[in-house]
This record gives sequence, C-alpha cells and structure tokens, in this order.
Amino acid sequence: MAELRPDLAVIAKHVAPGSRALDVGCGDGELMAVLRDKQGVDARGMEIDPEAVERCVARGLSVIQGDADRDLADYPDDAFDYAILSQTLQTAARPDLMLEQLLRVGRRAFVSFPNFAHWRMRAFLLWHGRMPVTRHLPVSWYETQNIHHVTVTDFDKLLADKGVKTERSWFFSGERELSAAGANWRAEYAVYLLSR
Amino acid sequence: MATVLSSTSSTVLLDKPLQLDSGQALDRVTIAYETYGELAPDKSNAILVHHALTGDQHVASPHPITGKPGWWDRMIGRGKPIDTDRFFVICANVIGSCMGSTGPASDAADGGRYGMRFPVITIRDMVRAQVALLDALGIGQLHAVVGGSMGGMQALSLAANFPERAARVLAIATTPRHSAQNIAFHEVGRQAIMADPNWQGGDYYDSGNTPDKGLAVARMAAHITYLSEAGLTGKFGRRLQDREAKSFGFDADFQVESYLRYQGLAFTDRFDANSYLYITRAMDYFDLAEEHGGRLADAFAGTPARFCVVSFDTDWLYPTAESRAIVHALNAVAAPVSFVELSAPYGHDSFLLEVPSLDRVVTGFLNG
Repeated sequence: MAELRPDLAVIAKHVAPGSRALDVGCGDGELMAVLRDKQGVDARGMEIDPEAVERCVARGLSVIQGDADRDLADYPDDAFDYAILSQTLQTAARPDLMLEQLLRVGRRAFVSFPNFAHWRMRAFLLWHGRMPVTRHLPVSWYETQNIHHVTVTDFDKLLADKGVKTERSWFFSGERELSAAGANWRAEYAVYLLSR
Repeated sequence: MATVLSSTSSTVLLDKPLQLDSGQALDRVTIAYETYGELAPDKSNAILVHHALTGDQHVASPHPITGKPGWWDRMIGRGKPIDTDRFFVICANVIGSCMGSTGPASDAADGGRYGMRFPVITIRDMVRAQVALLDALGIGQLHAVVGGSMGGMQALSLAANFPERAARVLAIATTPRHSAQNIAFHEVGRQAIMADPNWQGGDYYDSGNTPDKGLAVARMAAHITYLSEAGLTGKFGRRLQDREAKSFGFDADFQVESYLRYQGLAFTDRFDANSYLYITRAMDYFDLAEEHGGRLADAFAGTPARFCVVSFDTDWLYPTAESRAIVHALNAVAAPVSFVELSAPYGHDSFLLEVPSLDRVVTGFLNG
C-alpha cells in the first residue's frame, strides 16, 4: 500500500480502533482502507466524483456519492465517532455550516486544510501582487475549487466563535511536522481534532 | 461465435399454500426458475437475481418464445460481472407472471383458468414465493440478491422482510415506493387492456381472442417511460418512416410511432394481458415504508446486509431522489451502504444496456 499523505497519516494514527468514522470527500478511499484494514474501524465515505465512488465500491468500501454541502444533512445526529474532512473545508459553500454538520454527525471531527498565511503565500502575493500558485494550491484562481481560503488564525477564530474545542492540532511543512509556535507563518497545512 | 451459457430449467411445486398480503392464500404454487453455474458444497455462493415487470427467469439464456438472448446476458456469464464460474445464479419467474410460475393464466383448483379470480399479489408475495424456492433448494443465506426496477423492489423487500437471507443487496434503478406518476402510467396501461373488447373481463383464454390491442397500447405507454427524452430524440428525432413526406393521415408517419407500434405488437407474442394487470398492481401497491409503520428506516432496522444502490442520471421513472431516499433510510440505521448515480443516456432502461460503469460497480460490490 502506498504511503498515506502526512495529514491522512496523522488522522489514521489517532482514530480509535474499532470506532465508526465518516470520511467526507474520501476520494479513492485510501484513508478508509487503512482505517478498516489496520484498525478495524467501521469506515464510511462520501464522495462527489462517481468514478471515485466506483473505485471505492470495488475495494469493498461503503461510500455514498454525494455533495457534502448538501448531503451531510441526511445523516442522523451522533452517527459516527469521527467525521473526517481532509483538504476539503476550503471548497465548501459555507465552511462554517459544514463544520457544524461535521460535529453534529460525528462526536469528534478531524479537519485538515492548506494554510493560506504560509510565508510562501504571503511572499508570492507581496512580490507578484497575484493570487499564489504553490505546490499545495497548484490551480489558478479562476479554476480552483478552493473558494474559501483560510489561515490557521482564521480557523482558530472560527472555532472560538462557534465554541468548538480543539483537542489537538498538528502543523506541517511538506512532510515535516512543526511545533505550534508561529504555525500561521510556517505551516503549509494543518490538521485539527475537534470536539463540541 | 458466442457460446450459449449452459443453464438448468426447473420448476418446483410448493408443498404449502402461499399466504398473501391480501389475506388470501394461493394453493399449489409452481415456481419456474433457471440456474447457472454450480452451487458450492457449503451453498455459500448463490446469487438470486430478481426480474423486472415484463422480464422472466431466462436472464442469461435464450428466451423460449422469441429466441432472443437473455435479458441480462451482458451481466451474467463466465467472466462477466455476475460470474457463473464463481457464483450459482438463480432467477425465478415471479408469481402472477406467465412464464411458468403460477399466475392468472394458470389452472385454478376447478380446472378452469384463474383469470381475474387470481388473487391480487404484492411485491412481498413475489418475494415470499422466491424465499420458499430458496428453502426448497436448501439455501440459507444468499451471497447477494440483485435486481433492477421491479427486481430492485424485490431485492429491497427481501432485505426488509427476510434480513437473514442475503449478505449483500444490490438495488438498481429502483424506488422504495411507487409514486403518483408511476401509478398513473400503469393505470393508463391497465385501462387500455380492460377497454379492449377481447379482454372479456379477463376470461379470454379459451375464446380464441386475446386483448392484444389493449396490451400493445399498455406496452407502448410504458415503453416511453423506460427511455429518456434525449434517447428518443437521438434515435428517432422527427424522422419519417419509409416515406418522403407526411401522409396527412394516421398511418405511422414518424419513425417513433412505427417503433412503438412494433414494440407493442411484439410484446403481445410473449406476455399475458392479465399478468400485466396483476404485476403492475403489485408494483403500484409497493410502499416499503408503509409496510413498516410509515418509516422507511424501520424497514431496514438491524439489517446485517451490505447494500449498494445505483441510479441513472437520465432515469425519470425512478429518479435518483428515490434511490437517495433508500440510502437515507439505510444511513439512519447505520447499515453499510454504497450509492452511486451513474451517467448513461438510456433512461430507466440503462440498467439493461451497455453501461460499463455499471459492470464495474456490480463486479466490485459482489467481490468486495
């Protein structure tokens, strides 16, 4: 099995064995397969791309084709121990409402996102006066799915406003894990474990 | 040259009367069925395929009347998505039908044909008969139940009413209940049959006259609902049939008229009008939630099965929203369920036609 992306590896490592988890925007189901096969997690997925859903079904995974902006509402309260949203928050129509849904269907939520305040972004904008295009955000402004760019500080503010608890957070530059100090400058992306 | 898949045609006579939802019981029930492949010694590899309204048990072998390939020949066979090298595939003619299982054309206890004396049946009654067949075959839990359209209704009904009988449930292009629009189209068909003077209150079997005109019109109306508008436009547009100009008459000027007339007529060669009345009625009565206290999720409470629900984007007969209602109910009881809306141009009939993505989903789900 290929190595998981670092944010997914962190999530996989911290999901309790035998728990129930919903991976929102599960793609080809890499994280779900690891959770199921290595930790006995009852993993379910939601994915908007029908071809990715097909590939998940072929791996024996239970995945529903759906749009997280709309279809998370179909799950009952407390349906899962964890709701997982990796690198997708910034594509939501309303990230604040999606966060509410995640913490409604899941008792806890893992959320990972690219940090728009990383120094390379700031430098790009400062020097070029143009929307940054980097290895983590490689698509031009007009065709990117990332319609709600967010920074570590913005996200912390949203959590505080919503009264959401941060149980843990992890910050990364490439493959390397960073300390929380200066994360809003230094981190390319962040992973949070949240609870109500 | 394609090799014909070897199949076994059998019938079983149920030793007990079949208790029906109407409160009546049906005595001396015969079930005609086909099997393909080998049943494993531990009987763990059986897949029950449910057929649709006008389908039959000849799912992957030539139709005895028309000689055409089985209706799901592309899905079932050696190396196909439902692989007969691995699975023992069973397909039974539903009760009420006319291809060997007990229906209105069968003989009643008094020696005459049932006709309209045949009891009104439900989808659940069809499933009860097939579960009795499984009992007769000594098959406890199926590897999977699979069905499209009315076959999907049976698969869902089996999962809801006999949850221990299937480990996997694959429901394609189907619905948890018939909508007002679904019922309305069926009523058009039934009224066409009953308006045909040859119908004779259903007692036409020994008269030498069968209500072919009414049955053909019923099939024509239904056939439109199986296709997409884009599909009809692509296939026929406004093109004329074997002529240069409109006739200013009521001949089949348009290709689409000629096509529907042919479909209607061909259907009367292989289908009994009374069976059409009874089976459409069963579909119209189908409401899985109603059977379970009005809440669809309760139909699936405690189900041990894995589910896969598939819809098609051009199916307006049982649109994706109906499949989502099934998925919603399964989510509410935390059942493992996959759902995908596949893109295919053929409308409701997509489940029968060349849609490679369906093959991949079926293969993946049955082997996963």
